[in-house]
Amino acid sequence: MRSPVLVVAAKEIRENLRDRRTLFSALIFGPLFGPILFALMMTLTLDRAVSNLDTPLELAVSGQAIAPNLIRFLEENGTTIKPAPDTLADAQSAVRAGEIDLALVIPERYAERLQQGQPAPLELVWDSSNSQVAKHAARARGLLDAYGRQLAAVRLQVRGISPVTILPIDVRTVDVSTPASRSVLVLGMMTYLILFATLMGGLYLAIDATAGERERGSLEALLTLPVERGSLIGGKILATCVFMTLSLALTVTAFTVSLRWVPLETLGMSSNFGVLVALAVLGVTLPFVPLGAALMTVIASFTRSYKEAQTWVALVLLIPTLPILVASLYSLKENAWLMSLPSLSQHLLITQLLRGDSLSAGNIAISAGASLVLGGLLVALAVRLYRREALLG
Amino acid sequence: MIEVRQLAKRFGQVAALRDISFAARDGRVTGLLGPNGAGKSTCLRILYTAIQADSGSATIDGHDCTLEPLAVRRCLGVLPHATGLYPNLTARENVRYYGELHGLAGEPLERGIEALVARLDLADIADRPAHGLSQGQRIKVALARALVHNPRNVILDEPTNGLDVMAIRTLRDLIRGLRDEGCCVLLSSHVMQEIGALCDDLVIIGKGRVVLQGSPDEVRTATGCDNLEEAFVQLSQTEQVA
Repeated sequence: MRSPVLVVAAKEIRENLRDRRTLFSALIFGPLFGPILFALMMTLTLDRAVSNLDTPLELAVSGQAIAPNLIRFLEENGTTIKPAPDTLADAQSAVRAGEIDLALVIPERYAERLQQGQPAPLELVWDSSNSQVAKHAARARGLLDAYGRQLAAVRLQVRGISPVTILPIDVRTVDVSTPASRSVLVLGMMTYLILFATLMGGLYLAIDATAGERERGSLEALLTLPVERGSLIGGKILATCVFMTLSLALTVTAFTVSLRWVPLETLGMSSNFGVLVALAVLGVTLPFVPLGAALMTVIASFTRSYKEAQTWVALVLLIPTLPILVASLYSLKENAWLMSLPSLSQHLLITQLLRGDSLSAGNIAISAGASLVLGGLLVALAVRLYRREALLG
Repeated sequence: MIEVRQLAKRFGQVAALRDISFAARDGRVTGLLGPNGAGKSTCLRILYTAIQADSGSATIDGHDCTLEPLAVRRCLGVLPHATGLYPNLTARENVRYYGELHGLAGEPLERGIEALVARLDLADIADRPAHGLSQGQRIKVALARALVHNPRNVILDEPTNGLDVMAIRTLRDLIRGLRDEGCCVLLSSHVMQEIGALCDDLVIIGKGRVVLQGSPDEVRTATGCDNLEEAFVQLSQTEQVA
């Protein structure tokens, strides 16, 4: 004789495989939504980043005749010079109105001050609240500074002093990020999409097995069978786990495939998302499955109708975001204590995998153990709730 | 054999059952009769162990409903008020699921299902999904589901609700058949004619108490009414005055 838990699980799986809504959310919406959204976003971001580097800097300049050498220097360094309003006030209002992004105003006294060997004024006008312009402004600023240094060097040489005198320190920045570690910043949200799709896979089953069964009136008849209520709810949670696992596997597969289409290399990133990493991601996420299934079942057990259950269980989908949000805000490093927090520990482990780091066996064990223990406690709670008389409503 | 002694049950402030005692014997059809809200369903739900009584006892074939719910459920087939089939499973799969949860499997289970399909005239709809069935067909499937493990005791909560004349006739034949096989059948109803035509014993309850019990003839004699419906109306009114 088959265990009642398996009989219930088999029936729930068979029934839900025939339900279009469950199938859609578990096998199509959840697994494909994340990867497609992600690939699309990445492609757009990359297009923009790459095109920004290639396009010449556009700079509106007024009083071009006053500083021909400066203009020539800018043009030699890839700047397209355009005319700008003559006065500073006009330039300001043009930038504020968004007619031009960046304006350089060269005042009349520029030439005079330069000749006297005094600091010659230049006005660079831009709007720092416009994030698109910040990069251009920095480029323009850098070019102007370089021109200034060039002039300074000439003046010193004229006076017989080596230009190196005014360079007491020489700072060089060394970026140790590898292509894979740079991409982690962007790929970080992938963890959430994976956990989201996993929960989505079991969502309808968890609701259907509790609130749905009660609303259809099939629960009362089911409870007249010689089966412990614990076995009934156990079977339902097991079926939910099966759907969630299916959803998880499909999501990871979809990511593996879709990331091949994203030209990460153009930004000096590598996705590092091969078959082995995909399997490892699957492995570290699996202990989260029973936890999610039991959590959704417990929440659905408290509700009185299918609709109410849907509202509350949908909120569960937000739970895994919180630790991930905190983690990215404080850029947390993995340690034993954080590994005991489900969803956060999965996030940290997956991030490590994406970065190409090797995982410590201890961390994996703590993450899996903590998730499974909490999942077990929630299953016990679900069984208790199912034993209540009020279950029948 | 179903025995109920001094059963009482409250839901918050409402006393659903105050004092119910009766026995339903093997090889007889016992009718639990009373107006809406009299406590029929509460009483049946205690018997099929969905809820527990506050005081008093109920036993089925000697098994206590509170202390040995699993043993009770094993020797009991139930048609609850809401039939509740699984809409995405076929009629046959609905019945098979219950059989499996009763611990049946393989050839004996399939033979049992086949026999019920024939007996309840379900051959045409057996392999159709339950969501497309009519109310009468649903009740027949729910009945097959309740009988899949050949229970010695059968509880039916308002089985004829929503059935047409033909379906009621099939149901009556089935209930008589169960009785003749020696089953103990307990059914509830608020429809007089049905009960008179079918039941060997009557238990009339009102406001959570047994008002009168006996054979249909005894009930007619006790109330002085020829017609059971008259007797029922009279009893309900007495209870309301009292």
